[in-house]
Amino acid sequence: MNDFIQHILNGLSLGSIYALIALGYTMVYGILQLINFAHSDVYMMGAFGSYYVAMYLGIDRQPGLSTLAILLGSAMLVCALIGLTIERLAYRPLRNAPKLNILITAIGVSLFLQYFAQAVFGADPKVFPQVLHNETLFNIAAVEVKTLDVAVFAVTIITMVVLNFVIYRTKMGQAMRAVAQNMRVAALMGVNPNRVISITFMVGSALAGVGSVLVGMKYPKIDPLMGTMIGLKAFVAAVLGGIGNLPGAVLGGLLMGFSEEMVVAYWSSTYRDALAFGILIVILIFKPAGLMGRSTTEKV
Amino acid sequence: MPTESIWRRPLVVFLFLLVLGFVTDFALDSFIQFTMIVIMINMILGMSLNLVNGFTGQFSLGHAGFMAVGAYTSAYLAEQWFTHVGPITGAMQLVMFPLFGVCAGLMAALAGLLVGLPSLRLRGDYLAIVTLGFAEIIRVTLLNTEAVGAARGFYDVKGPDNWMLGPIEVSRFLTSYGLALFWVLVTFYVIWRVVRSGHGRAFLSVRDDEIAAEAMGINTVRAKVQAFAISSFFAGIAGSIFAHYMNYLNPQTFVFTKSVDAVIIVVLGGMGSLSGSLFAAAIVTVIPELLRPLQEIIGIDLRMLIYALLLILMMILRPRGLFGSQELSEILRKYVRKST
Repeated sequence: MNDFIQHILNGLSLGSIYALIALGYTMVYGILQLINFAHSDVYMMGAFGSYYVAMYLGIDRQPGLSTLAILLGSAMLVCALIGLTIERLAYRPLRNAPKLNILITAIGVSLFLQYFAQAVFGADPKVFPQVLHNETLFNIAAVEVKTLDVAVFAVTIITMVVLNFVIYRTKMGQAMRAVAQNMRVAALMGVNPNRVISITFMVGSALAGVGSVLVGMKYPKIDPLMGTMIGLKAFVAAVLGGIGNLPGAVLGGLLMGFSEEMVVAYWSSTYRDALAFGILIVILIFKPAGLMGRSTTEKV
Repeated sequence: MPTESIWRRPLVVFLFLLVLGFVTDFALDSFIQFTMIVIMINMILGMSLNLVNGFTGQFSLGHAGFMAVGAYTSAYLAEQWFTHVGPITGAMQLVMFPLFGVCAGLMAALAGLLVGLPSLRLRGDYLAIVTLGFAEIIRVTLLNTEAVGAARGFYDVKGPDNWMLGPIEVSRFLTSYGLALFWVLVTFYVIWRVVRSGHGRAFLSVRDDEIAAEAMGINTVRAKVQAFAISSFFAGIAGSIFAHYMNYLNPQTFVFTKSVDAVIIVVLGGMGSLSGSLFAAAIVTVIPELLRPLQEIIGIDLRMLIYALLLILMMILRPRGLFGSQELSEILRKYVRKST
């Protein structure tokens, strides 16, 4: 029983990280109908960005809340800038190109970032700075709840609340929703789609930045290829929930986190990566638009 | 025009290229020979994926999975044959390895059918991600199957060896080269004929407008599943050649990036252009190798970086690929007509 609660807690913190990254995928997809394969590598760059900031400021051995804040801020900034650059240089020239070309470009950007990171940072893994002291905060039925899990969960919740506010309560959010609905009509209504798309990329990438610090906190080993698997899983989570749907991404991320933790705990860790796709295929066969997505009928 | 039509005979092309391989065997070092085989494997992969992505318009991202199924099936069969029947030597190699290839292709086609079935309900990006998922599941399954070496990889896969044909020694390379060449031509001609047949027209109509095709009475589901099955058959054969030439298989070979390589070949050559896929396969295989000396000068691995940049630039500057949806012969014909 204690183990079970422990697994639920682990699943929750893992799932919320997936959810954060899945949100980035879903936001970009919702607005551009583009699978941004480079998203997972933006996440990787965020981890390295905050790593070097911590090294530069010399706070890599001083765990604490301020360290957490600085690392989160720097990762978000680095990711937002990279996201903006990618959108400007790679995706904008292809705004009206066939979907497949944009997808290939995304894969190209992903490869570029991976090998750029290998060339600049080196291929060997680095140890992420210790962000918080890992202490026991309180107990639930003899299960220790550690600081890290609470922090991961709290940061995720705060980020999501802020994101929700930005999207549903601000003018920019309204513009984003308008562009996602219909780009040309939104342009007619005085929205500048290019600006909105840039900002969406920045926001989505910043979420990946948050995710990277949280993962670095929990599993402190970073390397240039760290994004691939987590990116695929987060993407699966986004599709699972219905891509383009924000609550769906969160639900999908949590589902993925839980099921992964349970498979590792009660079956075999080698099946961890296959499970994600197994769930995905089963759900898509029964609900082709994802759990919370609305299926659209195509018109002739 | 008799001079032109002679090159349309597969046998003539085969013999010509076989002679080329024979010359290469004596004239060039093993690294170039290795690259040639890899190019041909990539050609088969590219052409087969083109049938699904280019001609049928279904976006598949899981080609590495089918290749893995083929490679492991073929390797396993050869292993069983060696332990239960005896070694494969001499000219028997020319029969047995293509036979293993066919079996590998059939297994892969079965897997392709399985993947094709969900595509009854999914389209576009969803299908892409499901095919990716299937490939990943296949990889993890192989990673956990003890009979094929699990995570250690499949060591010592039996492949062709040197043998005497009368006074001439036929080298390991020449057998593999001939085999690969044979399959490249078979793939090319099968896909070429299929696309120009009634079934193939159905594939094209699915690509151009699925709903209109359905309204015209075309069974789009059957067309899509057929395309998947044929495509994965040839991917399995590519896997078989790969297995017997490399002599070592590892599930890590067949990761996502391998599927991406195949997609890049299709897009670079042009969706719906078989000759484009042939060219692109050669380019995609050779460019990273050509950039290798650069790495030694600078000291850091710039190869993939340049490769990725080329890919992005290509998509921005020439989004339809090298040949678009035209074959080389059509482009040449147009050029000739213009100049006269």
